[in-house]
Amino acid sequence: MRTIPKLGAALSLALIALPAAATLNVFTCEPEWAALAQELGGDKVSVYSATTALQDPHRIEARPSLIARIRSADLLICSGSELEIGWLPLLLTQSGNSKIQLGTPGYFEASQFVAKLEIPKVVDRAMGDIHPGGNPHVHTDPRNIAKIAAVLEGRLAQLDSGNADTYHSRAKSFLARWQAAIARWEKEAAPLTGVPIVEHHKAFSYFINWMGMREVATLEPKPGIPPTPSHLAELLDLMKSAPAKVIVYSSYDSPKAAQFLSERSKIPAVMLPFTVGGTDKAKDLFGFFDDMIERLLKVVK
Amino acid sequence: MLKKNALALAAVATLGLSRAAPAQTQDEARALREQVDQLEKRVTNAEQAAAQASNRPAGENALNPAVSLILNGIYGNLSQDPANFRINGFIPTGGDVAPPGRGLSLGESELSIAANVDQVFRGTGIFSVSSDNSIEVEEAYIQTLALSNGFTIKAGRFFSSVGYQNQVHAHAWDFTDAPLANKVFLGNQLSDDGIQLKWVAPTLLYFDVGVEVGRGRNFPAGPPGGREKNGFGSGNFFTTLGGDFGTGTAWQAGLAYLATSPQNRAYDDVDSAGTPVTNSFSGASKLWALDGILKWAPNFNPTETYFKVQGEYFRRSENGDLTFDTAGATGGGTRTGGYASTQSGWYLQGVYQFIPMWRVGYRYDRLNAGGTSIGLVDSGALVAADFPILAKHNPTRNTVMVDWSPSEFSRVRLQLAQDKSRSDATDNQVFLQYIVSLGAHGAHKF
Repeated sequence: MRTIPKLGAALSLALIALPAAATLNVFTCEPEWAALAQELGGDKVSVYSATTALQDPHRIEARPSLIARIRSADLLICSGSELEIGWLPLLLTQSGNSKIQLGTPGYFEASQFVAKLEIPKVVDRAMGDIHPGGNPHVHTDPRNIAKIAAVLEGRLAQLDSGNADTYHSRAKSFLARWQAAIARWEKEAAPLTGVPIVEHHKAFSYFINWMGMREVATLEPKPGIPPTPSHLAELLDLMKSAPAKVIVYSSYDSPKAAQFLSERSKIPAVMLPFTVGGTDKAKDLFGFFDDMIERLLKVVK
Repeated sequence: MLKKNALALAAVATLGLSRAAPAQTQDEARALREQVDQLEKRVTNAEQAAAQASNRPAGENALNPAVSLILNGIYGNLSQDPANFRINGFIPTGGDVAPPGRGLSLGESELSIAANVDQVFRGTGIFSVSSDNSIEVEEAYIQTLALSNGFTIKAGRFFSSVGYQNQVHAHAWDFTDAPLANKVFLGNQLSDDGIQLKWVAPTLLYFDVGVEVGRGRNFPAGPPGGREKNGFGSGNFFTTLGGDFGTGTAWQAGLAYLATSPQNRAYDDVDSAGTPVTNSFSGASKLWALDGILKWAPNFNPTETYFKVQGEYFRRSENGDLTFDTAGATGGGTRTGGYASTQSGWYLQGVYQFIPMWRVGYRYDRLNAGGTSIGLVDSGALVAADFPILAKHNPTRNTVMVDWSPSEFSRVRLQLAQDKSRSDATDNQVFLQYIVSLGAHGAHKF
């Protein structure tokens, strides 16, 4: 057994070593939590996101590079509510890392700390790939981000008590700026209230709920099932009798279905960043909401 | 006159309105306040309900493990009788290597149950029911959750880490059946009762090393079920490297070395006179397995399209004694001589999802019977025709498939293959297959 650590040390030198242990290694499933951890942790944390805004966070494989990253994580932050059900359990069992297993302080499931929307009364796969715990894309409502930030601050302080003051002051500063931004967004986005909207996937339900918009249809016939020609034809009929004002698809969706419906119904289609990094302007959490609202206002006004 | 009257009316109306206004405003305000109060109450109730509903259900039932059931069925059309299937040039494995049968048949139904046992262990049980109603424990193991520094220990029955495909359950294979190399070197799919220790290195490039020791209950060990002895019947060392190239390509490469000492590993054949005989091998069997897989998807998002290429190379050397006719069915009776062989095989396959739900794939298989020396033949005691299955032959197979997956949970596949496993006949195969998964969400294994 003595040779194994030696071998490990040799390999660490030979290959690219992970960031120094001085910082808290944070592994996030989605970029929004990486951005939030960075806001709260600053230079005390080293953050890695398993996915980007160009990927469907459900359809990820437990590929080797992700196992290599989760192996040395001190804190895991994921949306949860079964969004990562296909790959996170595999990463956890392959990680050889007891710090981030379910039930430990290093395991942080963000959606647990907010009220979820679209909790199905009946759960059956004939309804598509639905999540029994409700819609997992909670990050598209900034008020949820605030709630989660408050809990995450405590978790960071628990795991890295030496820097608790830093986390506290950074969280305070972030939340102050965030509440101001929410007030600004709500004012700016007033014209969006009541606007009927078609979504590709129910990726923006929390945003729509926050803005008081009305989702009238989704391009997917059922959650997780790609758009079909027959469903799009039905939507086209629906748009004639009850037109929506905007069709949105996310940065990871194929634009084809949205464009198809848009061309025929003359309703504008807009790509929204699914999360941080989804567009050039969505550099951080502030930019993410700025850009979503800006893109929608452009076509709705 | 008219004008005057109109003016008067207007004035009266205005006055009347202004006189009534304060009372109406007060009423309206009261009504609005009541409405707001009611709304507030409803919002509070709704918030409470939402908060309650978003909590997981409580009670005994909430701790149920993840249960899933795989169902599959096949229609087969084969130009050769699958009952006579053999891969010439290679010692039969005793494994379930024959292609699916002719006509309609039920494939393996697989029940899988998994959950964290406690804070220390995770448990997984996977049971398969064959179409002939026999139940088999495919995998049943515990795995540690509480070890750190990249270590994991697994114990029980599990698929051995010998190559890539061997660790993937049949329902997740890209083709209906296993590569020929897996059939001859691992008896289709090797699982053993054993213990595995694995270590993942703390590097950005994925690197693991592991060892497995097992009972040796399956080919290439033997006899079937393993020997009744203390210690171990098989040992396996494996290592894996893996990582990403750019923003869309992921790769993995593995190397494994499996060593076993089969005793009386029997197989059936016929001698040169056509008498059915049972022969058996005792000695040492050493297998090297090299595997590689490359997957590409734009931005690692496989929703629309992806491509993967997978290949494995096996090389086995066996050295020991081959006993002819262990039951003494022939006139000459039981005879034993030396046996040595070095054989190899490989396959390469590519699968392409060209639009959502639809994939096409191609696989090429090739085995190399290599050099085999049979002592009883070399000494002249018997002739090569007494070992017809071992007659030198380099089997090949070409396979194409197209499949359609309406969701993550179902797949319908059409596969065509031209199989030259037999030295004397080409088997043209057509399979139409469905595979569905019920219950717990399947794992997106790399």
